[in-house]
Amino acid sequence: MRNRLKVLRAERDWTQAQLATALDVSRQTINAIEKGKFDPSLPLAFKAARLFELAIEEIFQDEA
Amino acid sequence: MNKHTTDDKDWQTTTAKNTVHLFGWTLSWVLTIALTAFGPKYLWDFNTALSIVAVLLNIGVGIGMILANRKHLKGLDEMMQQIQLNAMALSLGVGLVFGISYEQLEDIKLIAFEPEISHLIMLMTFAYMTGIILGHRKYK
Repeated sequence: MRNRLKVLRAERDWTQAQLATALDVSRQTINAIEKGKFDPSLPLAFKAARLFELAIEEIFQDEA
Repeated sequence: MNKHTTDDKDWQTTTAKNTVHLFGWTLSWVLTIALTAFGPKYLWDFNTALSIVAVLLNIGVGIGMILANRKHLKGLDEMMQQIQLNAMALSLGVGLVFGISYEQLEDIKLIAFEPEISHLIMLMTFAYMTGIILGHRKYK
């Protein structure tokens, strides 16, 4: 699954640690999601969508 | 982001607190094992009542450790939980497969000594640690 987390974070000038804080996860988890190594759960994806005020599909896209 | 910073600090603090609690319970459990193992011989000359108390204390602290571990796992974020799950699955699988094979070695006379449970625990610990390291490497 591809995602725009890194771009959205950069647009807001947030660090991985700050985003991790906002989403209640570890910085390592944010790093893994940004690199596409870990797919977040639906609740976490919704949380990110709420934080960025975007639809989930505007942040996460299926690679298929 | 300020509100979230406070929340995250709380989350990190809670995780750190859960880890310290788990360490405390684990250390206590190990100490009660030592008490049960050496107490009868060196402290109370195999007094049955005291030995029963030591065993019950060991089991009670062990249950506390299990609950502390559960709380610790529930407090982790989803990726860390995934890493833990994979590591525990590896440890359980290795323990089951190699444990039974190891036990059979004596039955079919391939080894002359009696298999020790401590060897199995060491193997499972090694498998668990390997799983944790591999998990962190996978998501790095």
